[in-house]
Amino acid sequence: MPTIGKAQLELLEKLCNACAVSGDEGEVRRIVLEELKGCRVQSSVDALGNVLVTRPGTGKKKLRVMISAHMDEVGFMLVAADDDDGLFRFEIVGSIDIRQVAGKAVLVGKEHLPGVIGARPIHLTSADEQKRVIPLETLRIDIGPDGKQAKPGDRAVFATRFQRNGQVLIAKALDNRLGVVTLLELVKNAPANIDLLAAFTVQEEIGLRGAKVAAYTLDPDLAIAVDATPANDLPSWDDEENASFNTKLGSGPAIYIADGSTLCDPRLVRHFRDTAQAKGIPIQFRQPGGGGTDAGAIHKARAGVPSISISVPHRYSHTAASVCRLDDWKNTLALLFSALQRLSPELLRTSRR
Amino acid sequence: MNELIPFLKELLVVPGLSGYEDPASEIISAKWKPLVHTLSSGRLGSLQGLRRGSGKSPRPSVLVAAHMDTIGLMVTGCTEGFLRITHVGGVDIRILPGTLVTVHATASGGKRSIPGVVVQPPASLLPPDVGTNPVPLENLFVDTGLPPRSVSALVQVGDLVSFAQPPLELKGDALAGHSLDNRVSVAALTVCLEELQSRPHDWDVWAVATTQEEVGGVGATGSTFQLNPSIAIAVDVTFAKGPGANDWQTLPLGKGPTLCMGPNIHPALLKVMKDLAVRLEIPFTQEYAPRHTGTDGYATQVVAGGIPTLVIGIPLRYMHTPVEVVSIKDIQRAGRLMAEFITGLEPDFMKNITWDD
Repeated sequence: MPTIGKAQLELLEKLCNACAVSGDEGEVRRIVLEELKGCRVQSSVDALGNVLVTRPGTGKKKLRVMISAHMDEVGFMLVAADDDDGLFRFEIVGSIDIRQVAGKAVLVGKEHLPGVIGARPIHLTSADEQKRVIPLETLRIDIGPDGKQAKPGDRAVFATRFQRNGQVLIAKALDNRLGVVTLLELVKNAPANIDLLAAFTVQEEIGLRGAKVAAYTLDPDLAIAVDATPANDLPSWDDEENASFNTKLGSGPAIYIADGSTLCDPRLVRHFRDTAQAKGIPIQFRQPGGGGTDAGAIHKARAGVPSISISVPHRYSHTAASVCRLDDWKNTLALLFSALQRLSPELLRTSRR
Repeated sequence: MNELIPFLKELLVVPGLSGYEDPASEIISAKWKPLVHTLSSGRLGSLQGLRRGSGKSPRPSVLVAAHMDTIGLMVTGCTEGFLRITHVGGVDIRILPGTLVTVHATASGGKRSIPGVVVQPPASLLPPDVGTNPVPLENLFVDTGLPPRSVSALVQVGDLVSFAQPPLELKGDALAGHSLDNRVSVAALTVCLEELQSRPHDWDVWAVATTQEEVGGVGATGSTFQLNPSIAIAVDVTFAKGPGANDWQTLPLGKGPTLCMGPNIHPALLKVMKDLAVRLEIPFTQEYAPRHTGTDGYATQVVAGGIPTLVIGIPLRYMHTPVEVVSIKDIQRAGRLMAEFITGLEPDFMKNITWDD
């Protein structure tokens, strides 16, 4: 049974610290391909940059199970240089709340040039202005007065370095490097009862685009998207009960039933719930609602693919610093592995009721 | 100073919020020990180094004040493990969401540093009128990710929260990070003390790393009263030109320190300093402060019967954010200019400090 130990944490650290804004996933792709070298599998890189891996099982009647984890993260693209003084206008790639941007350090381009997104000093800002959001067009990425090394088209990400405090992990891009390491572990330790079709996908954050073509190519019987989902489990301003927490940190892997892009296959929902019960793994159902994962594209591929999403709960997605707990991640891997082991073609012949 | 950047980086990763400057003071003290004849602590925590001059006793003295305190946050409460916060010194709340911090927890006795992040709750948990506007400080939290019972056991009201952004070296001899305001001036004063090692000076020099500047020049006032200098120089950061800051109050980055003119500054002292900079070809720019300079100079000038005061600025971008940016060259030039000024002070220099009406 695969688990999360020192090696997996180190790999997560390396992947969270890597830069892979949607459309520019090369750095994470390289790490993924490097990790795959050691385990005898066929892997290929497709036209969009997805890494597709086939790990055949050994039995006779095997389900073809696609598991996807997106490699890309939200970030920025430099779009224009101000004169020649190391200041660049930039645009946001993926959904980042503009209120999360000012006052942060960033890394620019493939060489990870350090830069900052500053703000006008508070001393020069009127009380009235402080009540309004700092508009994107007034912000710049500043890589220093001699900053000729960067150029428009370069991507940038928050510069946050991975850190661990016991159970607590703090990093950028936990969404979805948690999923990438989880999927790598499943590829390395795939159970023999299925054909495992792994897709490390691109461009999830800008419309599930990698997953769409990956699902076509892999042509699976069923699919699982492995991702990180928000835990909005904070107190409400008026001390009323927080009834829309999505998931809670520390309550185990999140099983999706419905999100904004997918109605998960009820047989798969039951399968995961029953697996958790049988194995004593804590789980939570993600509150049905908006949002989406690669499953949103995969379940509509070809003639349709019964699909589900399983996510690690984490707080503050798409900001400079997201937070998760180690046990939630460990239990996510345990749940996925156990659920794969228990899969048989019978499942897809049972009723959806 | 060859080791300016390592010294600064060492100084930038310790907290030292206003009123709690000891972590910074300890590092500065170690650095200054070989550079001064005596080191003492002011009644309000300022670090006071004395370099005796070679002139005949009783000698006049110059006090150089560089504040070592920094802005930050303080815990005001805890709800379900999420810490409520207020600010220490001026903080624009709009740069807070997503900011990495260190919580200096004291509830369990002793000090524990806990990593955390300032967080903006999702819209559904905020007052409806917030909408897409900046979220008020009272609705922001610091989250350590720890379960509520651990947080309650570790953290108490009044615990300090400092910014945790590590310093970054940028292209073009620049440094980014938090608390550059005003640790870069402490570094400039250190450069000055190092220059003075090999240069004779008649006057006594009081190098003072002051406390509580961000809450109103409190440490500088006390130390200036106690040490009773003939003149005072306040060295502090000033607004550099950059994104969102380009009006008359801003000065170019990397073009030398600023020499400030205005009511906080004695015009005769300013003239001596300007003439010196021109003669030595040390680049500087002229800064204008028609009212309050926003530095320790505002405090030193009105101590006791009044102290002739000079204010030197080091241009800094994005002041009071975790990603302030400074030019290393400006720090070195400010240090050298002060050293040249001090070595030029003759025993009877005070006769020049008159009103040329």
